[in-house]
Amino acid sequence: MPDAALKKKRPLWYNLNLLNLPLPGVISILHRISGALLFLFAAWLLYLLDSSLASAERYAEIKSSLAHPLAKLVLLGLLWAFLHHLCAGIRYLFLDVHKGVDLPTARMTSGVVLAVSLALTAVLGGWLLW
Amino acid sequence: MVNRVVVGAHYGLRGWLVQRVSAVVMACYTVLFAVALTAARPADHAAWKAFFGHGWMRFATLLFFVSLFLHAWVGMRDILMDYIKPTGLRLALEVLVILLLVGCAGWAIQILWRT
Repeated sequence: MPDAALKKKRPLWYNLNLLNLPLPGVISILHRISGALLFLFAAWLLYLLDSSLASAERYAEIKSSLAHPLAKLVLLGLLWAFLHHLCAGIRYLFLDVHKGVDLPTARMTSGVVLAVSLALTAVLGGWLLW
Repeated sequence: MVNRVVVGAHYGLRGWLVQRVSAVVMACYTVLFAVALTAARPADHAAWKAFFGHGWMRFATLLFFVSLFLHAWVGMRDILMDYIKPTGLRLALEVLVILLLVGCAGWAIQILWRT
């Protein structure tokens, strides 16, 4: 039974530490985490939109409460989550049509996704929140 | 010979496709929203309200929200299928997600069409 012999040679322990994940793996788990974050905060974001459109008083109320540093930090985190999810999602759409599936390209585009989403978060966050 | 347990006719294709189509709709809306926002630069409540008051903006935002809630459903279903193993608990959480998303969809429509 060559199959059984081959099975015995397989490593019994896989290193699943996040730090040892290859870059495309990091992008993948961050895509999931950012998606879950956006879901968890969706109702709050909808509440903000509702309040901002309801009346001039509510608009001013929301504006001043969002000026709190903690609120800005949460919004910055959600901005990153959205931008990362968007950039990584665009990469996955290309992978779906078999564009960039070879390893060097896949690694390169993972780096691009990580860098572009962080840079856009810094630029848009600085512009919109501060 | 593939022994598949019959769970339905689609084996997840529909969910997969919904996730992709809704993703494209939301990506297009994001670009449109960013362009419209930089063009209009609404600075106060009246301008902000007018920004969302345009017919085409309401239409596009509605499409965005519908895509968002469908997309969130497929994504959350995938997450729950991966991490929550007890069937009863998973079903309860899935129902909770659906109720939350349907509620949010109704709320979003109300926000967009409120006078």
